Amino acid sequence: MKLHTEKVVKLTLVTIVSWLVAALIFFPIFWMILTSFKTELNAFSSPPSLFFWPTLENYFVVFERSDYLRYAFNSVVISFVSSILAMFIGIPAAYSMAFFPTKRTQGVLLWMLSTKMLPPVGVLVPIYLLARDASLLDTRTGLVIIYTLINLPIVIWMIYTYFKDVPKDILEACRMDGASLWQEIRHVLVPITMGGLSSTFLLSLILSWNEAFWSLNLTASQAAPLTALIASYSSPEGLFWAKLSAASTLAVAPILVFGWISQKQLVRGLTFGAVK
Amino acid sequence: MSQLSRNARAARFLVAPSVLLLLAWMTVPLAMTLYYSTVNFNLTIPGLRNFVGFENYIFFFTDPSFFAGMSNTLVLVGSTLLITVVLGTLIAVLIDSPFPGRSLVRILLISPFFIMPTVNALIWKNLLMNPVSGFFAFLSKTFGMTPIDWFTDVPMLAIILIVSWQWLPFAILILMTAMQSLDQEQLEAARMDGAGPVAIFRHITLPHLARPLAVVVMIETIFLLSIFAEIFTTTGGGPGTQTTNLAYLIYSQALLQYDVGMASAGGIVAVVLANIVAIFLIRIVGKSLAGE
Repeated sequence: MKLHTEKVVKLTLVTIVSWLVAALIFFPIFWMILTSFKTELNAFSSPPSLFFWPTLENYFVVFERSDYLRYAFNSVVISFVSSILAMFIGIPAAYSMAFFPTKRTQGVLLWMLSTKMLPPVGVLVPIYLLARDASLLDTRTGLVIIYTLINLPIVIWMIYTYFKDVPKDILEACRMDGASLWQEIRHVLVPITMGGLSSTFLLSLILSWNEAFWSLNLTASQAAPLTALIASYSSPEGLFWAKLSAASTLAVAPILVFGWISQKQLVRGLTFGAVK
Repeated sequence: MSQLSRNARAARFLVAPSVLLLLAWMTVPLAMTLYYSTVNFNLTIPGLRNFVGFENYIFFFTDPSFFAGMSNTLVLVGSTLLITVVLGTLIAVLIDSPFPGRSLVRILLISPFFIMPTVNALIWKNLLMNPVSGFFAFLSKTFGMTPIDWFTDVPMLAIILIVSWQWLPFAILILMTAMQSLDQEQLEAARMDGAGPVAIFRHITLPHLARPLAVVVMIETIFLLSIFAEIFTTTGGGPGTQTTNLAYLIYSQALLQYDVGMASAGGIVAVVLANIVAIFLIRIVGKSLAGE
């Protein structure tokens, strides 16, 4: 009996503490969303108003005045195109290394990983100058090229770990049936690993959407994605908190949902398969 | 020739595009940085490109902002690692056993990781840390204290908090996943033998988390060495050089002062620094690859 009460007390405690910690950590996001529905005057009031008449005005203003849709369009195009490209280049590479490994495969995989560890500032100057000379500064193409390359190692690694889990017999059976390489990948391998491939795509999308070194340094206005739009709020005039919150909420909402969906699979990609 | 070996032969070539692209991405810009770091090259003076040997490096190392940038980088990386790894481990252990609403708690806990750095920085700077109308100022006043002027009085602490909030969820996510592979029977046996929670944590949980922890530390270090957007949108490296890290210092030398030579020397220093960490990380990943 005593053991039972002890268990109940422990469970209650764990529940309360966990919820408190979660609320504390989530609070800045909650506060941002709440502020986005306040008037600017309300957003700036001290003590902060918890009960107020919610308004959608900030969202309208953000859409109208800041050209929000252009930035959102850039973010969508840049992150989707670069992720699709990385998948197209990465799937064949992962296939080759997972099913036809050579003596060098392990070395190649680790070398690919090492390119991910190059600090961006180490190549800021040449990339900036190369982009300038190729007229790729402030273009979506420029960012797409860079994001494809910086996400490629993660994409290959993640897909590689999923392909490694596929039983070899299935592929051998379909090769016996005379399937070509393309048929084998397209009709057998991709359908089997669809779940893993989608998580890989989502991770690449999340990383590109949130990338804020190259987007801040290589774009000005034409190709600037949402990270750059939000950064432009760092030196504003007058009251702007509610609008900043509305623009921010819009910018993070889709990616937050993607993150929630794929949270369990992301670990593989984020740790290069070292933690599954 | 059979279909089998024809496929195998073709498959070997499929890795070539990725290798060539990454090779170009890695060697061309790096070689250019290396070259720029040995010439006198300023974007405002066209045509100037004379060889100066190690002069840029000497200037970079003797510049007073180098020392500031270096120590700020170490403080930022070290403090953030300490905060995220310690809290991350505790939270991962806390939420390991089932309780009501656990999946929602997980979602709330990992959310900050998906917030873009510029949003993160500006929400904290304005909505939370503003000394007049921010939420923290309101809390201080409620408890009868003078609100802290975060970005004037303790700018580095402010940056550390902002960055830690973003990376704590990363540690939680990885460690939480690693906890699930902990041998439940072993835990049960330890409990039967009368081991307390502290003893279990010390002798079973912590050894089990050793490798995931090492991975978290190294991946975080590599990303934290390059923290840029959070500083760019809040302090711009200031006041003075109080929040200038190596990444921001190189950025300002290149794109604000147009001194390509010196910025490139700094870039090489950053690459060397990151490589020291990378070697250890690659060794661990390589071990888990070979162990499959």
